[in-house]
Amino acid sequence: MNLLKEFTKGFVKENPTFVLVLGMCPTLATTTSLKNALGMGIAATFVLVCSNMIISLIKNVTPSNIRIPIYVVVIAAFVSIVDMAMAAYTPPLYKALGIFIPLIVVNCIILGRAEAFAGKYGFFPSAADGLGMGLGFTLALSVISTIRELLGTGQIYGMDVLPKSYIASPMLAAVLVPGAFFTLGFLMALVKILRKEV
Amino acid sequence: MEYLGNIFIMAISAILIQNFILARFLGLCPFLGVSTKMDSAFGMGMAVIFVMTLASSLTYLINVYLLIPNDIQYLSTIAFILAIAALVQFVEMVIKKNAPALYKSLGIYLPLITTNCAVLGVALLNFIDKWPNGKSYNFLDSTLNGFFSGIGFTFVLLLMAGIRERYEFIETPKSMRGFPIALVTAGCMALAFMGFAGLKL
Repeated sequence: MNLLKEFTKGFVKENPTFVLVLGMCPTLATTTSLKNALGMGIAATFVLVCSNMIISLIKNVTPSNIRIPIYVVVIAAFVSIVDMAMAAYTPPLYKALGIFIPLIVVNCIILGRAEAFAGKYGFFPSAADGLGMGLGFTLALSVISTIRELLGTGQIYGMDVLPKSYIASPMLAAVLVPGAFFTLGFLMALVKILRKEV
Repeated sequence: MEYLGNIFIMAISAILIQNFILARFLGLCPFLGVSTKMDSAFGMGMAVIFVMTLASSLTYLINVYLLIPNDIQYLSTIAFILAIAALVQFVEMVIKKNAPALYKSLGIYLPLITTNCAVLGVALLNFIDKWPNGKSYNFLDSTLNGFFSGIGFTFVLLLMAGIRERYEFIETPKSMRGFPIALVTAGCMALAFMGFAGLKL
């Protein structure tokens, strides 16, 4: 098993957002600014790596017909850790992400990787898979949020990028709900073209 | 009478103004996944309404009688997701035994609902959302909120399924087929629903 291959497949080839189309809710809800997107991506990556590692360790003692509830408990435990850590150390980010932090529990990427990968392979490939998928998710969130923040506010990571005249009257719809759907829809079409699927 | 008026406001708010899919970004995976056929969208929608209503009352009871008295609210995420998973499993068994016909149409959607973020979302939002006068939701309010939110979810899911069924007869650019065109459609629907935000209740 090639660890590097497991690590890098999440970036483009099996990108969880653009190719596997998993975890749509946080993808659309938390990409209003690059700062929020990075916070969400890192939190999800932490949970994904930890839960993948634990699940790959306990896979031999997990009865297969109740494996899903067991996976969910493992994931929920790490989400609670992230939840409390973010509430303590990054209160503004915690407030901005709101209920999407506890909702990492039901992010289909995490349960999907547990089911499709960590429950079948060993410790190190699972950790590599989790890290790669998590970073691929973070990458996708960053791309979407950069576009939305730039169009919607004229800023990137809270810093003015576009001229003052644009910032005074930006394309506000991009940071509102419809902008999220449009941006992701067109990016997905672009990824399809780049992957030469069409 | 005043309570009935409040319930009406809650229903309009949950279905149109603060719609779970188009305003709050919750439950998007089933929204994109099972909205290709009207029949499956209807089955999924009914199952979601059912589970969201039950999950709202169950998690309210767990929070008030188990978590708050023991001062362990930091365990709410784990407690709620376990309760929802158990509830879904239980509902599945009951329906399978007592209503085989219903099980045939809803059965395959029930396991998917555990990981539907709309269900855990409504359970968490019931303790965050408040009435306009600042009062938190009580048991009945939470249950009704779950019910109306489920209706809002189903409403948009059915609208989407109706639109997507027609896409099959249209010449769509190859790169836009499937998820991209569905997302753009959802964006247009979200634009339309933003109009409801102007409703003064």
